[in-house]
Amino acid sequence: MYRSRLTAQRLAAVFLLGCLLFNYPLLALFNKSAAVFGIPVLYAYIFVAWLGFILLVATIIEGRQD
Amino acid sequence: MPGSWVVVLASFAYLGVLFAIAWVADRRADQGRSLIANPTIYALSLAVYCTTWTFYGSVGRAAVTGIGFLPIYLGPTLMMALGWFVIHKIVRVAKANRITSIADFVASRYGKSQLLGGLVTVIAVVGVIPYIALQLKAVSNSFTILAAAPEIVMPARAAAVPLLQDSALYVAMIMAAFTILFGTRHLDATERHEGMVAAIAFESVVKLVAFLAVGLYVSYGLFDGIGDIFARARALPQLEKLLTASDTAAGYGSWAALTFLSLLSVLLLPRQFQIAVVENVNEAHLKRAIWLFPLYLFLINLFVLPIALGGLLHFGMAGGVDADTFVLTLPLANQSEGLALLAYIGGLSAATGMVIVETIALSTMVCNDLVMPLLLRRGWFNLAARSDLSGLLLEIRRWAIVVILMLGYAYFRLAGEAYALVSIGLISFAAVAQFAPVVIGGLYWKGGTRSGALAGLGAGFAVWIYTLLLPSFAKSGWLPADFMSAGLFGIELLRPQHLFGLTGLDEIGHCLLWSLLANIGAYIGVSLTRAPDAREARQASLFVDALRSEETGRWRGRIAVGGTAAQVVELLALAGRFLGPEKAQAAFERYARTRNIALAQLTADPDLVHFAESQLAGAIGSASARVMVASVVEEEPLGLDEVMNILDEASQVRAYSHELELKSQELTRATAELRAANAQLRELDRMKDDFISTVTHELRTPLTSIRAFSEMLQDDPRIDLAERSRFLGIIVGETERLSRLINQILDLAKLESGRAEWTSVAVDLGQVIREACASLSQLYKEKGVALTLEIAEPLPTVMADRDRLMQVMINLLSNAVKFVAPRTGRVKVGASGTASGVRVSVADNGPGIRPEERETIFEKFRQGGQDVLTDKPQGTGLGLPISRQIVEYFGGNLWLEPPREQGDGANFVFTLPLPPGDNAPQQ
Repeated sequence: MYRSRLTAQRLAAVFLLGCLLFNYPLLALFNKSAAVFGIPVLYAYIFVAWLGFILLVATIIEGRQD
Repeated sequence: MPGSWVVVLASFAYLGVLFAIAWVADRRADQGRSLIANPTIYALSLAVYCTTWTFYGSVGRAAVTGIGFLPIYLGPTLMMALGWFVIHKIVRVAKANRITSIADFVASRYGKSQLLGGLVTVIAVVGVIPYIALQLKAVSNSFTILAAAPEIVMPARAAAVPLLQDSALYVAMIMAAFTILFGTRHLDATERHEGMVAAIAFESVVKLVAFLAVGLYVSYGLFDGIGDIFARARALPQLEKLLTASDTAAGYGSWAALTFLSLLSVLLLPRQFQIAVVENVNEAHLKRAIWLFPLYLFLINLFVLPIALGGLLHFGMAGGVDADTFVLTLPLANQSEGLALLAYIGGLSAATGMVIVETIALSTMVCNDLVMPLLLRRGWFNLAARSDLSGLLLEIRRWAIVVILMLGYAYFRLAGEAYALVSIGLISFAAVAQFAPVVIGGLYWKGGTRSGALAGLGAGFAVWIYTLLLPSFAKSGWLPADFMSAGLFGIELLRPQHLFGLTGLDEIGHCLLWSLLANIGAYIGVSLTRAPDAREARQASLFVDALRSEETGRWRGRIAVGGTAAQVVELLALAGRFLGPEKAQAAFERYARTRNIALAQLTADPDLVHFAESQLAGAIGSASARVMVASVVEEEPLGLDEVMNILDEASQVRAYSHELELKSQELTRATAELRAANAQLRELDRMKDDFISTVTHELRTPLTSIRAFSEMLQDDPRIDLAERSRFLGIIVGETERLSRLINQILDLAKLESGRAEWTSVAVDLGQVIREACASLSQLYKEKGVALTLEIAEPLPTVMADRDRLMQVMINLLSNAVKFVAPRTGRVKVGASGTASGVRVSVADNGPGIRPEERETIFEKFRQGGQDVLTDKPQGTGLGLPISRQIVEYFGGNLWLEPPREQGDGANFVFTLPLPPGDNAPQQ
């Protein structure tokens, strides 16, 4: 029960993190015409953050001990 | 070159494969070896979210807005992180309450309201129709393009094509037929379609593979990788702006609005609700879906921008080729017909998946929450008389599917051409977002009421129609254009997409703002006008506390009076009418088996009624099921009786506590009494000790005297005779005193222990007094004391023991004569009748008794005037206590009258009552 609540809290925290990552103003920081490895910064940022977010959620949910 | 027949053949072959998968999955489900009881299948089936909008439309949107297509997928990603709370809870609630659709969910939450279920259904159908139109448009366009290959031909405006030559019409008809075959072959009480889910999961794989294949082909076949595409795009100013987001407040606002909208839609779209909640086999499957479904979204979006940019680079920006078709036209333009066919199949799978699940979900809602309640209420088709309604239910659903698809086609003809795919889809998203307040609010807030939900949904829906649906007609020319520019009735403030003069938002954000404002405001505002009634409150706690308690909804009612066995039969018949007799029989037998009893032994207890209701709820919705079950079983509402019961319990508790209080008071009182009794016992014990020591002392005094004189007589033989006889006289006197003392002690002991023998006869007191005086007259004469009698004859007769009364009189008279002075002493005896009895007094002119001794002389061994040390005790000290005991035994009193004037002696008075009832003479 306690672990389950901990998981829930972690997921809620990650949700808030996601809201932050995928919105203004963090998004605006990467809204530049530069490129990393030939890929536009904004595009790269969103996809990297997206994948990171998914991995984080997967780690939290699959790492549960119950 | 694939001619149209090849495309048609491929399409039907693909549909055949789907059907085969569904058939196998259904077979496996019947055998109990479910194919879909697997978290990965569940996660893949959730990807029904990705429709042709994703498959074709995202590229089109990316070609216009760059990364603007992404919020639609970031929203669901965020929602799934919350899925652990929200979806989990909805699944738990839905399973506990046998909820089969989102309309059912909302209706059930707000007190099983049919009206609410109907409203949700209407909103869902109207709202989702543009979305279905989108699928029809995409499939028909892709078919047209592929059939026309190798030329790249853009589909003509639908309105320009004669109805019967419009491929979209045939697509709609085929899809309707396919969906009917798929979803309405038989009726399942749980509304679960294992075959469909398996097919959807398969379709998710197909569309992902197809899209990735096209993406890889464009990126690495047509160009030198993604970097190359981006590099070339950066070189062109028109494309360069697609690589960054529009850096304005409106841009970010729109981004956030779309994220929020899709976040809600992934939960509230009827098909998402169907797949995520109704088709969920196991809550634990959610665990994998929470990350696997977002990963799917991530993958399917990877190549969207490269394909869009590649298409724009390849075809140029002049607009000869619609960007919505790049997935198909890029391979076609480069002679990769095989890949184009795969892309077409991918698009087809995206469309069929969406249409199948959406129309099945909608048809269930239309049937359960719209048509059945109407039929039941109106009494059309004489439903009560029909024994098997399961066929009718399936019929209604089939027609609902056809009607929904035809409405979709109609919208496509009317308004479809004015918009890109994504814009059409967003209209639907905004419509289903109207469910958010009542669903999310209903899950976490107990105060929401039926009227609040109706008001909220109604207001939000109305604003949606006005700000989004009507403008979509206006843009297609079906409504006058000045409706848009000048507002309703020419009122500027009412311009549909600039309501109240609001500008700076895109149409979706604008609609979302106003509709949700109206929706949430009405929902909360109207809900707060009254407290939820009993049923609403009960449903609210079932929903809000779903994760807290395992207890599911119980039929609160009591079974109406009468044979319960008969009611089991009625319930069975009722279930049979909607589920089919065999299915109902089987379900009831299963239920009986879980109870380990035979079907015949079932009683219509609340559990069975609840079971029957949930079976019916699967077929006709919870609101209708309640009505139907109530027709057989009299539900006891949470009425006066129940309230009284609850009150009774409370008052019982109060009564108990009151009783407890009384008990404790009693105990306190008893303790006090016991303590007093204990104190009395100790006192009595002390008195007994005193008594014994006094008695022994009193006995020793005469004994000592006797012994002394006897020793003197023994020791000195020379004592003369006169002296001797004086000594002997003293010895005899002391012996008499001793024996008198012992007699009196025995007498007193008898009196006190109650063992004395009493006789009770009619006594003439006057005679007793005269006799007593006579017997003592010699003593009086010797001492020279005058004795006078004043007897008021005739005295009333009293009931008493004559000898005892004589004892009292002699005691009083002998006391008197003892204390008065010789010669001058006078004793006066008076007797008279009173109202209540006889009063006798013995007065003397002796020294009297000091006031402080007035009571103590009645104690044992206390004698008057003992302080005078020289006085020799003249009595035993027991006479008065014995006399008082005797008088009190006969109900009278003995006391010492206070002296009237100085010089009066003692005046003892006793009274005796008349015999009860009369003062009749002796009997």
